[in-house]
Formats: sequence, C-alpha cells, structure tokens
Amino acid sequence: MNVSCRRGQEWLFRDFSFSVKPGELVWLRGQNGSGKTSLLRIVAGLSRPEAGTLTLAGGRPGAYIGHANALKDDLTVTESLVFLARLHDLESSAQGIRDALRTLAIHHRRHAIVRTLSQGQRRRVALARLALEREPSLWVLDEPFDALDVHGIEAVNRLLVAHLARGGSVLLTSHLALGLPGNLVTELELPVEGAS
Amino acid sequence: MSGGVFTLVAGRDLRLAGRRRFEALLPVVFFIVAASLFPLGVGPEPQVLRQIAPGVVWVCALLAAMLSLNTLFASDFQDGSLEQMLLSRHSAVFIVAGKALAHWILTGLPLILAAPVLGVLFDMHANSILTLVAGLMLGTPVLSLLGGIGAALTLGLRSGGVLILLIVLPLCIPVLIFGAGAVGMVDMGLSASGHLSLLGALLLLSLVAAPPAAAAALRISMS
Repeated sequence: MNVSCRRGQEWLFRDFSFSVKPGELVWLRGQNGSGKTSLLRIVAGLSRPEAGTLTLAGGRPGAYIGHANALKDDLTVTESLVFLARLHDLESSAQGIRDALRTLAIHHRRHAIVRTLSQGQRRRVALARLALEREPSLWVLDEPFDALDVHGIEAVNRLLVAHLARGGSVLLTSHLALGLPGNLVTELELPVEGAS
Repeated sequence: MSGGVFTLVAGRDLRLAGRRRFEALLPVVFFIVAASLFPLGVGPEPQVLRQIAPGVVWVCALLAAMLSLNTLFASDFQDGSLEQMLLSRHSAVFIVAGKALAHWILTGLPLILAAPVLGVLFDMHANSILTLVAGLMLGTPVLSLLGGIGAALTLGLRSGGVLILLIVLPLCIPVLIFGAGAVGMVDMGLSASGHLSLLGALLLLSLVAAPPAAAAALRISMS
C-alpha cells in the first residue's frame, strides 16, 4: 500500500508505503495529528486516499473498530452485540454472544442498558465483536485499549494473539505500550509531514 | 442477504424508538397541535375550514415529517454505528431504505392515523377524508425517502437541521400539490384518481432513486 492523505491544504502524509502480512501485527505510531486515524480510515474503506493505491486481500478488512464504540445507549449489551454481529454476518446465537462477552469478561452485564455502562465496559462490549470473528482477515483497530483496565487489555491481547495464530493480521494504533511478545509486533512510525 | 439488513436496521430503529416513546410521539403531537391551531385562528366557519383543510393538513404533515429528519442518521453518525453499517458487506442502499421505512412507520403512519380526526375537526366530508388518507398513504413515504437524501447530505454539518428543510422542502412541493389537490378534486365532485396516480408515480420514483442517492450522499459525508 502506498498512499497520500491531505486535510484541507495540509498534507498529513505523502507516499506512505507499508504492508501487513498474514500473521503480522503492525503497531502504527506517530505524533498527535500525524494522520494515524486518517490512515486507518483509508485502510478500512471509510475514506479515499488523496493519491496512491491500496490493495487488500479479500477486498476489505474483516473488522474495523474506531474511536466510537458503535453502541446505542438505549439497547442492552446483548442487543447491541447481536446487531453488530448480524450486520457483519457473524455468529449471533445466544450462546455465541454470551461466549464473546465472556471473553472480554463483560457477560455479567449482558442484560444491562448500554447507557448504564462505564467507558471501559462499553469498550469491552465493542471489542467483544472481535471474539465472534473466525476468518484470518485484517483487523483495523484505532486505540483499542482506550479506557480498558489491565484485565481488559490482557483479554484483548489474548484475542489478538489467537487471531495472529490463525493467520490473521492486525493494524492498530495505541498510545499505550503493547503487552505482546516482541516477535509478533512490527512497529511502524508515521512521519510528521514537513518535519526534518 | 441485503434484504436481511433492511429488516435488521428498520427493526433496530423501531426498537430504539420504543425505548424513547416520548420522542417518537413528537411528530404526531406537533401535527395535531399545529393543525388544531388553524380553526382557532381562522374562525369556526365550517365552509372556510372545509376549504382550507386539505392544504392545512398536508402542510402540517410535511412539517411534522421534517421535524425528525435531522436525527435520521445523526445519532448513528455520532456513536460510530453508521461507520459499521457502511463497512458491512451489505449494500448501503438497503441500509438507507431500512432507516427510511422505520422513519415512515414512526412518523408517516401516525400522521395517516391521526388525519381522519383532523378531517372531522375541519368538518370535511367522508369522501374527502378518505381521499386525504389515501393521499397521505402515498405521499408520506415520499417525504421519508426524500428526507433521507437531505439528512445524508447534511450529516455532520453545523445548522444541518435548517439545511435539511431548505433541501427537502422544495423537493416535496409536488407531493403537497397533488396530495392537497386530490382532496380538492373530490370536494368539487370530480375524480381524484389522476392526482393519486401522480402521487403513486412519485412514490415509485422515490423508491427507486432516493435510497441510492442517499447512500451515495452518506459515503460522501462520511469521508
């Protein structure tokens, strides 16, 4: 992939090239405003690059989780996850949903209205969708560890490792250090355009 | 497969409205209150009320339908649900159509059910009320479908609520003319079939053209 992106008159990045191989996790790093989220949105297919090309095996990522959790305040945790699962043609049986929530240790709140959850609990519900994924696809995750406590981070790390083990790949941003074995992680720095 | 996402999105929107019943009732309450003000302002003369009734009911229906348009995509846009919908493997056309259906069930259908009451209030004849209801059944889905285009185009914009009105109201003028005109024809002892047929044609045209247009507008707004 070789892409350029502009915000207004200002280039965020130009001719930025990288690849994500099966079984590889790429940790995209960069200063605030360097265009990490913009790059992830381009990879996810939500935005178009100003220039350049993007080639994805399978045509699109298997999962994209952005800053927003895509949960409705007035639905229950289970209803929210069932909606997301059906939207993406994932397993949506009661047992499957319960197991996914258990993976993120949030199953005890499965009947709770989303409005009553803390930010960390909402993030866990949003990430529980990843536990429903079975395909070795590309996951694009924007600050997935935001608002998570240590146990939540460990649960997400287990999901990431399992996904890599089945041949999946991950492109993520995180301002937190990743608690994953170094051999699984490829660091990629997004340069600040115009910096020497 | 994409038909599944149509019912999935419509069902979710109806469920959400069920959890916020007060908000869901606002358009029909506005419709009844606004239309009820006219007899108070114009006077109780039955002949005058009967004459202005079709126009008043249609204009109030149009404004009531517009009332909830700015929320059609806004909450899904803010909480990230819209991103997930557009990234699904399903066509965005079916997603937009599902949301328009839910909007019509929550806004258009209550207006149709309330219209006969307003017809009696305005001393309309039974045949005129039937024609008014038939016109609303054909016309209100058009308002929801065209409204979807406006809501998609103004997504994320400041003053989006006002812009929707400026975009959608001119597009709805034919619906208003043929809907009110149909009742006028019946009042004159003529057939309303021509006006209703034109409303039907507008509905078919909107069904075919509006969801793809709104889906394209959504993609532009999201990027």
